[in-house]
Amino acid sequence: MSQVGANNSRRRFLTGAVSVVGGAGAVAVAVPFLAYWNPSATTRAAGAPVEVDTSTLEPGQRVDTSWRGQPVWVIRRSEAAIDNLSELDAQLRDPNSDVESQQPAYARNVHRSIDPELLVVVPICTHLGCIPSFMPQPGSLSADWLGGFFCPCHGSRFDMAGRVYSGVPAPTNLPIPPYRMAGDGLIVIGEDEEAA
Amino acid sequence: MSDATTTKATGGLLGWVDARFPLTKMWNEHIAEYYAPKNFNFWYYFGSLALIVLVNQLLTGIWLTMNYNPSAEGAFASVEYIMRDVEWGWLIRYMHSTGASAFFVVVYLHMFRALMYGSYQKPRELIWIFGMMIYLLLMAEAFMGYLLPWGQMSFWGAQVIISLFGAIPGVGEQLALWIRGDYNISGVTLNRFFALHVVALPLALVGLVVFHILALHEVGSNNPDGVDIKKNKDSSGKPKDGIPFHPYYTVKDTFGLGVFLIFFAAVVFFAPEMGGLFLEPPNFEPANPLQTPEHIAPVWYFTAFYSILRAVPDKFGGVVLMGLAIFMLFLLPWIDRGKVRSIRYRGLGHKVALGLFAAAFVFLSYLGLKAPSDIIVGFTVTLWAQIWTVVYFGFFVFLYVYTAFGFERTKPVPERVTD
Amino acid sequence: MKKIALALLLLLVSSVAFSAGGYADLMKARVDVSDEASLQRGAALFTNLCISCHSAKYVRWNALPDALGVSMEMVEDNLIYGSYQEGNMMRAAMREADAERWFGASAPDLSLTARSRGADWVYTYLNSFYRDPDASAGWNNTLLVNSSMPHVLWTLQGVPEAKFEEVGDEIAVAGIRVSEQQAGMLSEEEFQQATRDITNFMAFLAEPVRAKRQEIGVWVIGFLVIFTILAYLLKREYWRDIH
Repeated sequence: MSQVGANNSRRRFLTGAVSVVGGAGAVAVAVPFLAYWNPSATTRAAGAPVEVDTSTLEPGQRVDTSWRGQPVWVIRRSEAAIDNLSELDAQLRDPNSDVESQQPAYARNVHRSIDPELLVVVPICTHLGCIPSFMPQPGSLSADWLGGFFCPCHGSRFDMAGRVYSGVPAPTNLPIPPYRMAGDGLIVIGEDEEAA
Repeated sequence: MSDATTTKATGGLLGWVDARFPLTKMWNEHIAEYYAPKNFNFWYYFGSLALIVLVNQLLTGIWLTMNYNPSAEGAFASVEYIMRDVEWGWLIRYMHSTGASAFFVVVYLHMFRALMYGSYQKPRELIWIFGMMIYLLLMAEAFMGYLLPWGQMSFWGAQVIISLFGAIPGVGEQLALWIRGDYNISGVTLNRFFALHVVALPLALVGLVVFHILALHEVGSNNPDGVDIKKNKDSSGKPKDGIPFHPYYTVKDTFGLGVFLIFFAAVVFFAPEMGGLFLEPPNFEPANPLQTPEHIAPVWYFTAFYSILRAVPDKFGGVVLMGLAIFMLFLLPWIDRGKVRSIRYRGLGHKVALGLFAAAFVFLSYLGLKAPSDIIVGFTVTLWAQIWTVVYFGFFVFLYVYTAFGFERTKPVPERVTD
Repeated sequence: MKKIALALLLLLVSSVAFSAGGYADLMKARVDVSDEASLQRGAALFTNLCISCHSAKYVRWNALPDALGVSMEMVEDNLIYGSYQEGNMMRAAMREADAERWFGASAPDLSLTARSRGADWVYTYLNSFYRDPDASAGWNNTLLVNSSMPHVLWTLQGVPEAKFEEVGDEIAVAGIRVSEQQAGMLSEEEFQQATRDITNFMAFLAEPVRAKRQEIGVWVIGFLVIFTILAYLLKREYWRDIH
């Protein structure tokens, strides 16, 4: 292409310079187009922490709310249900909540909660996203059932702390959202305990 | 994969593709071995720029659609949502709104280039016709897009334009009703305009642009001398005055793009409203069917035709004349009987007439922004519009008479391009 | 030919500048949305005096800290009256139905007024109130005649009285003056500054990104200039083949 007298090294250098600068410009333009897909201020405002009052919640009862478009259940467990939790280890896939993504550090205990009585859980089956049925009554699913969650889609079972049983399709425990206790039975879902 | 390895000897992956798809062939035909005249000047930047602006409009448009809500209740708020709550939404929106005006700036200069150098003349009539169809679709696209923000000017601008169809005797009212799909402009109208603006018209536009370029590459580019470079070929069959589009015009257009983007960015970042020309102030108020803004003017790129419309005291007559103003341009290749293309070698009469025609377009555009009763240098806007409307149409009449009856005294056209 | 083209261009530009405003003799607001101190004063006046009736419903409270250069806590403590939930919009305290009962019209939303009317209009409007015993609110406005809005800034400005003059058959307002006996808390200059601050804040409300986009624009254009220079050098290098 180049003809006699053309300065080839200068030509190569300038072609490279224009390509690099132009490429950098193209990347810079891509940033706003990609960032445009992030949650907007409206979405973030809608995803603000929600408060749940548990002061009137009776043992075995459940209160439903939603945070960031996902359902959140707050459940007060009975004494018996809490006692049962430590009996189940052998039947569970992850009894000690070793999978860190499924709960905040402060819920990494046998009852998977800050207050042993109050379970705050996102009831979305970790198998394929169905919402499990809440079956707190022992014996309600089968004779040896100690209460928990049962997913009707593919039969996954979870105990009263949302821990998954072995031998069901769901791979991990039900997720626990970040939350903190604000006193007087008030729970703030979406704000971490440390932030308080 | 095994195919790729076996054909490696005959050209690797590219050879593999070329055996199945004319990639190299297309690249050569349209870019690397497309011989363009070497004497393109300033006016020849606007073709490639129009393509760039089209890409800008498509990309930003697709992105805006992701957060826009095409309903009478939600449209205005969703635009404000994009401007305030969506990350970088303001930039995407300003790029789209500025791009709309930039499109017309570029296209008007591109068209004026064709007028100056006779690029519509034989054998480029179809390029011109496709170009005019692009222009017409662009106006429809801009008009429908302007309704979408659902501001006061969106609503009343659409009201005025759709009412024009109502002026057609007999079927007019029915036609206007059919376009609106409601007794007044409403969410129904908004929804169909949205569908046309984001899907139908862009598809048609892209298709026409492809035709426009194919037709151009079939006959070859004109140039400021209006010389046919294919008449002088060297021994290898390449035009002596032609140079490969790539790299010569790709690097030149890259430079042109840089200059254009500086102007574009200056508007986007420092004057997105362009003093009320690109984004009109009343459009920051939500559409209110019960209250007309004090002064309605279309966006600047329509105002020349709007002036012609208002210059005629009769409603239907105005509509006809406005339509004719655009239709005359379609006929240009057959109105101009001249054999010389470039203005450099045409008669003085044509030079003056083209200058007056351009002045008429500029003045009519300016007058369309004013209220009809305003006084400019002693005359009302309406009277000025009438004078310039006569000049506008006079151009076509003059051009035909001047060229068909042998009044034009042309200069000799050189054999080869001059610079 | 070139001279004529230039003259045409000048005519066009000047007429555009004129037609954009639409109102002939407005006071110049000279807004500067990067002036944080002015925005802070404007925000304080706006949230004290305006938002009881007017909303700015497209604006989130949490958009304020960045532009004003203060913390969200300061906004919550000093500017927001009543309860605040994260992400809330700037809603008016007064309900629309009440507004229609009390003033005959609901107070317009002020999110975009500085763009739809223009900042100069807002500034002039705020400086154009005068006492009018015949008007239902007790006040009138020379810019927006028979405006149903009372002069909420009168404690600051004092009581402006209009001087009337006969123009042809009609009586028009020739000027507005605050007498010494009826002076407000602020001097004339201080009042103009206060209204300018409010206007500035409303210009921010109308386009919160304004200061940011100008800041980014400088960098973008700087980059493009470098790109264009390089592209020009490349073009010149290749075109040596042709010339």
